[in-house]
Amino acid sequence: MRVTVTINGVERTADVEPRLLLVHLIREVFELTGTHIGCDTTSCGACTVLLDGMPVKSCTLFGVQADGHEITTVEGLVQGGQLHPIQAAFKEEHGLQCGYCTPGMMLVAKALLERNPTPSDEEVRWAISGNICRCTGYVNIVKAIQAAGNAMAAPTASAAASA
Amino acid sequence: MATQAEEIRGIGHRVRRKEDDRFIRGKGSYLDDFKLPGMLHMAILRSPYAHAAIKGIDTSAAAELPGVVAVVTGELMAQHNLAWMPTLSYDTQAVLATDKVRFQGQEVAAVIAEDPYIAKDALELIAVDYEPLDPVVTPQQALEPGAPVIRTDKQDQKDNHIYHWETGDKDATDKAFAEADVVVTLDTHYPRSHPSPLETCGCIADVNPATGQATIYMTSQAPHAIRTVFALVAGLPEENIRIISPDIGGGFGNKVPVYPGYVVATAASLLLGRPVKWVEERTENLISTGFARDFHMHGELALKKDGTMLGLRVNLLADEGAFHADAQPSKFKVGLFHVVTGSYDLPAAHISADGAYTNKAPGGVAYRCSFRVTEASYMIERLVQNAAYELGIDPADLRLKNFIRKEQFPYRSATGFEYDSGDYHTAMNLALDTIGYRELREEQERLRAEGKLIGIGLASFTEIVGAGPHKDYDILGLKMNDGAELRIHPTGKAILKISSKTQGQGHETTFAQIVAEELGIQPEDIKVVHGDTDNTPYGLGTYASRSTPTVGAATALVARKLRDKAMKLAAHLLEVSEEDVEFSRGKFSVKGAPDKVVSIQDCAFAAYTNFPDGMEPGLEGVTYYDPPNLTFPFGTYAVMVEVDPDTGEWKVRRVVAVDDCGVRINPMIVEGQIQGGLTEGFAIAAMEQITFDENGNCIGANFTDYLIPTAWETPRFELLETVTPSPHHPIGAKGVGESATVGSPAAYVNAVIDALWPLGVRNIDMPLTSAKVWEAIQRARGA
Ligand code: FES
Ligand code: FES
Repeated sequence: MRVTVTINGVERTADVEPRLLLVHLIREVFELTGTHIGCDTTSCGACTVLLDGMPVKSCTLFGVQADGHEITTVEGLVQGGQLHPIQAAFKEEHGLQCGYCTPGMMLVAKALLERNPTPSDEEVRWAISGNICRCTGYVNIVKAIQAAGNAMAAPTASAAASA
Repeated sequence: MATQAEEIRGIGHRVRRKEDDRFIRGKGSYLDDFKLPGMLHMAILRSPYAHAAIKGIDTSAAAELPGVVAVVTGELMAQHNLAWMPTLSYDTQAVLATDKVRFQGQEVAAVIAEDPYIAKDALELIAVDYEPLDPVVTPQQALEPGAPVIRTDKQDQKDNHIYHWETGDKDATDKAFAEADVVVTLDTHYPRSHPSPLETCGCIADVNPATGQATIYMTSQAPHAIRTVFALVAGLPEENIRIISPDIGGGFGNKVPVYPGYVVATAASLLLGRPVKWVEERTENLISTGFARDFHMHGELALKKDGTMLGLRVNLLADEGAFHADAQPSKFKVGLFHVVTGSYDLPAAHISADGAYTNKAPGGVAYRCSFRVTEASYMIERLVQNAAYELGIDPADLRLKNFIRKEQFPYRSATGFEYDSGDYHTAMNLALDTIGYRELREEQERLRAEGKLIGIGLASFTEIVGAGPHKDYDILGLKMNDGAELRIHPTGKAILKISSKTQGQGHETTFAQIVAEELGIQPEDIKVVHGDTDNTPYGLGTYASRSTPTVGAATALVARKLRDKAMKLAAHLLEVSEEDVEFSRGKFSVKGAPDKVVSIQDCAFAAYTNFPDGMEPGLEGVTYYDPPNLTFPFGTYAVMVEVDPDTGEWKVRRVVAVDDCGVRINPMIVEGQIQGGLTEGFAIAAMEQITFDENGNCIGANFTDYLIPTAWETPRFELLETVTPSPHHPIGAKGVGESATVGSPAAYVNAVIDALWPLGVRNIDMPLTSAKVWEAIQRARGA
C-alpha cells in the first residue's frame, strides 16, 4: 500500500505492507532511528512521536494509518540548526542518562508545553506517565520540562519554540 | 588551549554531559539502529512449557516460506558442538533445546530471514512435538525427595540441588546465640525481579567467511569478557573477534551474560556468510534473560537486652532457574551476600546457602547491585528494625548504638571483609535531622490516635563495590582488573580509551573529568572511547558499581604517568632541571619564578616536535589497575509513608537519602544515579515481581504485568551527602551507581512495617502491593 506522510516537514512516500507498524515505517523505511522501541504492549512510550501535534505511540499504529498526516520525530526538534528549548533543557538539567526514553519524553513535553507552558510538577508527571524511564527516577525530566516551559515563555526563546 | 584564567573543570564540577548532544538529537547509535549491507534477521521460537520433552521438531514448512534463509535447531547447533554453552557459574546452558525444555520461554529454534516480519511468520510454521513433564516451580519443591530431576543432561546430577555453601564462624556464632537475651528472626522471600532496561538485548553478528573476522555488535556491559568467552565457546581465534557495544539503553546487570541468541546469531552468520541481527522483544527479555534476586531467606539476630548485637545467622535458599548462570565472582557462591553484617560491629556471623534448579529462566544477575549485596542489606536492615521493636528501643538508637565507629576503620568484618572507611553516625544523624525524626515520632503517635497510620523506615546500608583485587575476584578465571589508555595529541587534545562500558552512567564525561583533574586538559578536549574491544584496553566491564573504583583509578594513574613525562618535557622547554618544575592545573612553572611557565598543551606539542635527545617521542600510555581492596560506600535512607488501613494502599510522603560515596567526580551525575537507584529500589519494594503460576507459566511477562513505576507513582527525593574518601583509591572515589537500589528497599518496607507493627504485622514479602498490605492488616486484626 502507498503511504504518504509529511515527516518533520518533508513529504515522504513509501510502498509498504499494510501490517507494517508506524514505528517500523519511521525507523526502517525512512531511516529515522531516533524513535525507539521498548515494549510490545503500548506501555513504555519509547516510540512516541507527534501525529498532527498529538503524542502517539507509533508501535500501536500501522504505517498506513498515518497516510496524509504530519509526523514529528525527535529529528524534527532542531529548527534552523538551533536546539529546541526542550532539548537544551534536557541536557542542562541532566534529564537523561542512557537516552533511550529521551526522544519520546521530549515529544510528549512539546505537546504539553504548547498547551500549558508552565505546568506544575503534578501536571508534568501526569503528562509523561505513559512514558517509562528506567534510569533517571524522573526528577530531572520534570525539572527539564518545567525549565523548557519557562524558556519558551520568555520572549527571546519564542522563535525556537514555535517550530 | 586553556587560557590562563579558565578554571579546569575537573573533579567536583557539574559538567554537562558530553554524550547528551547526540541523544537529545535522536542521533545515538543503539544496537537496533545499525543496518549492515546484506543483513538478515533472526527470530527465536521459545518453549510454551516450563518442562517438556521434545519428541521432534518439523521445520520444513518454515523453511519453505519465501524469504526464509535458514531454520536453526538444537540438532544443527549440536553438529557444530554449540547446542550447549558454559555459564558464568561453571554450569552449562542449552543454546537451543535438544532433549527437553526446562523453562517457559527457553530457546528451541531460530529462523533467519530477509525481513523480521517474515522471520516471525515462519516461527508459527515450526511444529514442535512436546511431551509435557511435571514442572518444578519453587526451590522447596525442587528439593523434595522424588521431585522431577530437571538437569537430566548432567550425568552426576541425581536431584535438583546445585550447591551448598557456608561462610563465617559457625562455632562463634552458636556461642553468641547461646549468650543472647533476645533472638529476632525474619523469614522472607526477596522476590524474583528483572532489571528490564528500556532497550532490550540484541546483537548483530557479522562473520566474514573469507577472513574469519567476526565483528559482533552487542548490547553488552562487558565486551572484553564476552570476547574471551566467545573465543573459548566457539573456538574462534580471539584476535579475529571484535565485540562492539554501541550506545546502550540501560543495563542494570541484564546485559552482562552471554545469551543463547548471541551464539545462534553468530553461528548463523558464520554458516550463511551474511550479517545476522537479533533483537529481543520485551516479553523475550522478561521471560528468558538474566533475572535478579529470588532468595528465600531466614535470618536470626542475637542481642543483649540493652541492644548490643552479638551475632547473626542467615540461611538462604536460592532459586537459580534451570541452569546455574549467576554472573558473579567465581570464589563466592552467593556473591558478596556475606557482607550481611552491614554497618554493625557484629562479632560473629554465619551464613549458609543452598541453590536449587527450578523450571524457570536462568541467569541470576545483580540488578543494579554488587553481587547480592542488595539481598544482604535488606536482610540486616529488616532484622535490625524488628529487633528494635522487640526490645522497645528506637530503631535509630539501636543502629547508632551498634554502628562500627569511625575510629574502628579499617574494620575487619566477621565474614572477613576489610571495610576501608566509614562514618555511619554522621550520615545517620544528618538523615534524622533532615527528616525531623524525633518530632515525626511524636506526630506519629498523635496521628495514630486519630486513626492515621504513618510509618518511618530507616536503612543504613554499607555497600561493597569495585571488584576486585585479583587474589579473590575473578569471573571464569579472568581477574577483575581493568585498563585505561590515554593518548595526548600534538595539539594538546586527548583520547582516553577505557575497558568499561557506559549504559547511561555518563562515562564519557566523568572519566574526562578525571583526566582534566590530573592533567589540566578541559573535559571537552578529551574524547572517551569505550565499548570496542579492538580499540580499548582489556577489562571486565561495567556492573557492580565497579567502573569508578577500577577504571577510574586506572584513568587517574595513567594520567599521572603522562604528567611525569610532561614534567620532563616542561623542564626541557623551560631549560631548567626537572626538580625545579612544579605542576598545577595544567601549568608547569619554574619554582620561584611563576611567570616562567608552559602548559600541558605546550608539553604535548613538544612530545612530537621538540623533545630532548634520548627521550622516547610521544605522550601516551596504558595502565591496568588491580585494586588493593574493595570500596565501601554507605549511607542512611529515611522514608516516611502513610498507609490507608482500609485499602492497603501506601503513599511515600518523604524520602531523605544521605549518601557517602567518597569523592564525587561529577555531583550532577552522582545525584542522577541516586535518583534512579531510589526509584528502582522503590519499584522492587512496591511493584516489580516476576511471578509464575503452578505450571511454571511466567506471569510477569510484559510491562502490563511486570510493573515499572512511571513518573506518577515515583516518590520525590531529598538528597544529602557526606564525604568520606576511600583511603586506597587514587582519587578517593568509591562508586555510586547502585547504592540507592541496594539500600532503599529496606527503608521503604521498614516504613510500611513501622506503620503496621502496632497492629501486629511483622512482615510482608516484597513487593508490597496494596492487596498484600491489606491482607496483612486483615490477618493481624484476626479478620
Ligand atoms: S514501544 Fe511503543 S509503547 Fe513501548
Ligand atoms: S534515560 Fe534511560 S530510560 Fe530514560
